[in-house]
Amino acid sequence: MPVNILMPALSPTMEKGNLAKWLKKEGDKVKPGDVIAEIETDKATMEYEAVDEGTLAKIVVPEGTPDVPVKTLIAVLAEEGEDVKAAAATAGKGAPTPSKPPPAAPKPADAAPPRPAAGADASARAATAPSAAPKPGEPSRAAPAPMQAAAPKRGNGEGAGIAPTNRVFSSPLARRLAKEAGIDLARIQGSGPHGRVIARDVESAKSGRGLTAPSPASAAAPAVQVPSDEKILALFEPGSYEAVPHDNVRKVIARRLLEAKLTIPHFYLTLDCNIGKLLAAREEINAAAPKDKDGKTAYKISVNDFVIKALALALQRVPNANVTWTEGAMLRHKHSDIGVAVSIPGGLITPVVRHAEQKSLSVISNEMKDFAARARARKLAPQEYQGGTSAVSNLGMYGIKEFYAIINPPHASILSVGAADERAVVRNGKIEAAHMMTVGLATDHRAVDGALGAVLLNAFKALIENPVMMVV
Amino acid sequence: MAETSFDIIIIGSGPGGYVTAIRAAQLGFSTAIIERDYLGGICLNWGCIPTKALLRSAEIYHYLQHPKDYGLSAEKVTYDPTAVVKRSRAVSKRLNDGVGFLMRKNKVTVIWGEATIDAPGKVTVKAVTTQAPKGALAAGSYQAKHIIIATGARPRVLPGLEPDKKLIWTYFEAMAPERMPKSLLVVGSGAIGIEFASFYRTFGAEVTVVEILPQILPAEDAEISAFARKQFEKQGIKILTAAKVTKLDKAADSVTATIDDGKGGTQTLTVERVISAVGVVGNTENLGLEKLGVKTERGAISIDPLNRTNVTGIYAIGDVAGPPLLAHKAEHEGVICVEAIKGLKPHPMDKRLIPGCTYCSPQIASVGLTEQAAKANKLDIRVGRFPFVGNGKAIALGEDQGLVKVIFDRKTGALLGAHMVGAEVTELIQGYVVAMNLETTEEELIHTVFPHPTLSEMMKEAVLDAYGRVLNI
Repeated sequence: MPVNILMPALSPTMEKGNLAKWLKKEGDKVKPGDVIAEIETDKATMEYEAVDEGTLAKIVVPEGTPDVPVKTLIAVLAEEGEDVKAAAATAGKGAPTPSKPPPAAPKPADAAPPRPAAGADASARAATAPSAAPKPGEPSRAAPAPMQAAAPKRGNGEGAGIAPTNRVFSSPLARRLAKEAGIDLARIQGSGPHGRVIARDVESAKSGRGLTAPSPASAAAPAVQVPSDEKILALFEPGSYEAVPHDNVRKVIARRLLEAKLTIPHFYLTLDCNIGKLLAAREEINAAAPKDKDGKTAYKISVNDFVIKALALALQRVPNANVTWTEGAMLRHKHSDIGVAVSIPGGLITPVVRHAEQKSLSVISNEMKDFAARARARKLAPQEYQGGTSAVSNLGMYGIKEFYAIINPPHASILSVGAADERAVVRNGKIEAAHMMTVGLATDHRAVDGALGAVLLNAFKALIENPVMMVV
Repeated sequence: MAETSFDIIIIGSGPGGYVTAIRAAQLGFSTAIIERDYLGGICLNWGCIPTKALLRSAEIYHYLQHPKDYGLSAEKVTYDPTAVVKRSRAVSKRLNDGVGFLMRKNKVTVIWGEATIDAPGKVTVKAVTTQAPKGALAAGSYQAKHIIIATGARPRVLPGLEPDKKLIWTYFEAMAPERMPKSLLVVGSGAIGIEFASFYRTFGAEVTVVEILPQILPAEDAEISAFARKQFEKQGIKILTAAKVTKLDKAADSVTATIDDGKGGTQTLTVERVISAVGVVGNTENLGLEKLGVKTERGAISIDPLNRTNVTGIYAIGDVAGPPLLAHKAEHEGVICVEAIKGLKPHPMDKRLIPGCTYCSPQIASVGLTEQAAKANKLDIRVGRFPFVGNGKAIALGEDQGLVKVIFDRKTGALLGAHMVGAEVTELIQGYVVAMNLETTEEELIHTVFPHPTLSEMMKEAVLDAYGRVLNI
């Protein structure tokens, strides 16, 4: 039997991906472990490894195809001894219906060697940071390849073939009933042929049965009417602008931040921190860094590394603030997993320093250097930038004095760090010069109230102003 | 040594049973089918098919009696009842052979005899005197993991109206008359009664139909039924509704019926033959159901939506599993039944979407709710109608008497029912059935382009009429 190769779910939240490049041609022999294609997600370009041995009989989805739903048939592999032509002819038969890809957590059946972080994160994941701009066709050989088998699921003749989009199949009557009831069709579990939403499903959905959680896209939609493109274009003279199509990264950033800003009640706090001691300590620590034989130092701690560590410890000291809001319960996190916003060409991504409260400054520093380098190369694996309990965004290097970043779900807070500069401060009635840094904290008011946020920010201030306390 | 153990055994080879067998074989089950009389059951041999052959003869005879309507002439048009019946039997034989071929093609084993289920998984087949087809296995003990009962139904017998095969007929005798009776009483005006009334009237018999309910074709929409009644009466059929045959007195070659007219009066009527068409009852007897504890209700085996009985491994489909008693319902139930056994998760049948067809002249076809049923359910409806007189094709055919009627839910635009009377409507109804299955609303139907000139244009016009947009009337 020919093996159907399906669009893999490379992360638990992945619903579709771009087929960036085929690295094998029709007729090529394929061994397990061979990289056959590159798949671009919101975040990164991943290598797709073959699980079965055989000959690539047919490429169903050509390279450069955007937004291919997970589990869509993308190619057919003829197993050893099979007629390649006959296998190719089976393409499109028996492919599972891709119209509603399940929110795929990697299944045991998939051949991915599960990465330690991936499984743990999958359960708590709601959404992730906007991120890397993958360039079509750019090879990513160094990339980790979270692999999933093209599970050779064969239909029984009931397959729906390939659907090119994420269209929700529904009956005309179901569409009308859903519209009247104000229910988003995409949220209704279809019970008709191939999961088609039929009238009965809408009737049950009215009483809440078979209704799935709002998708991020639809959750962002209801309250605000965004002006139509036509209305916006009408405000500008034709030819006075260039329309640059959105890439995936831009779309994800737009969707996720809109969702975050619309669904999370943000609350803001500001505090000035005197980082004189920190700067002195940093100088000492860096000066003492051991050097290897080429004269390269083992570490070079940045102010931001101190900030990460200080926030991680502050969250441990104020555990009520190290939380995630869910409708069902408050998730109180045991560890401080700190996302750090990294600017990359065309967007930004937020790799997460896990268990930052337990890591030394040098470990955090080196981890961040690795993250930043790989983020710019768009080589981060999803489990490296998803999840986390809080985040740091630092625009100090641009001389920004203070700002407030948007909370990155599932976090309940984000610390915005401004520039550290010498300012005149009044101490005991005298004006003195001091190195000051202004930080802004945005909290999810559902989870962290104003006073609690203030306690957290003060805990942070105590640590960042007296960095020696971080070693206690 | 022939195989005696199967995945699935089906008892009864009517349209339900043999289609179930084919689908089971397609799904890879080793399958056997048990039959005691005729492959193809009543439908092919004594029901749907041979009556259509008879009615076709009647239809052509009718046209030949009115050649001038079409600018033709034909003189001394006569008929030979023996030849008409012979043709009908030949049609049945051809399809009966066809079922045998289909069983061989799909490697379904045919077992000849009468089946009793001894226990779940075990069937004993007793020998019968009917002629077994070539290659059929003989009586004996057989085993199967799944046993599907598809034994169909037989004519209902009412006290005082017991058929005697000579003067008082059931459909068996009515289908193969030695000569055309000069006068005929049809008791019951369901599909079977009305089709025979239509057939015999066309060949010149004085036909009287007695129906106990207030309307003929009681399952149909009242407006359609009234329209058909008028047409039948025009053809010379006498119809008594809300009336009851209380007594039949048999003479040598005639029967005198006492009829209670429902208004306190009685009348007597002497006819050559009587057809009892007062419904059918399921063949639930002698299968061992009581011993197995298989639940039955009002003469039908009780089943769940996937045709499972209360006893694991025993299933029932078709007439024996309850109404509506229609071949196409049986076929579909059988397919659902074996697909569920295979684990394919088929969708249970929606009985509201099973069409019904009566092949009298004019024909009647319907699906879904009647206007009366919709109103009884307190549904807010829109009704659209279109008469055959407004349709070019109908006029060209010389068939301008008929009506298409549709019923929509006023609020949602859901098509709730469709009812038709007139030429060829039995071939048209599937359009509405597809529409209802796909849950279309008036919008899609109005948006659909119907071919011109066809009778089907009336289907769209009726929809337009429901929304105040009818064009050609």
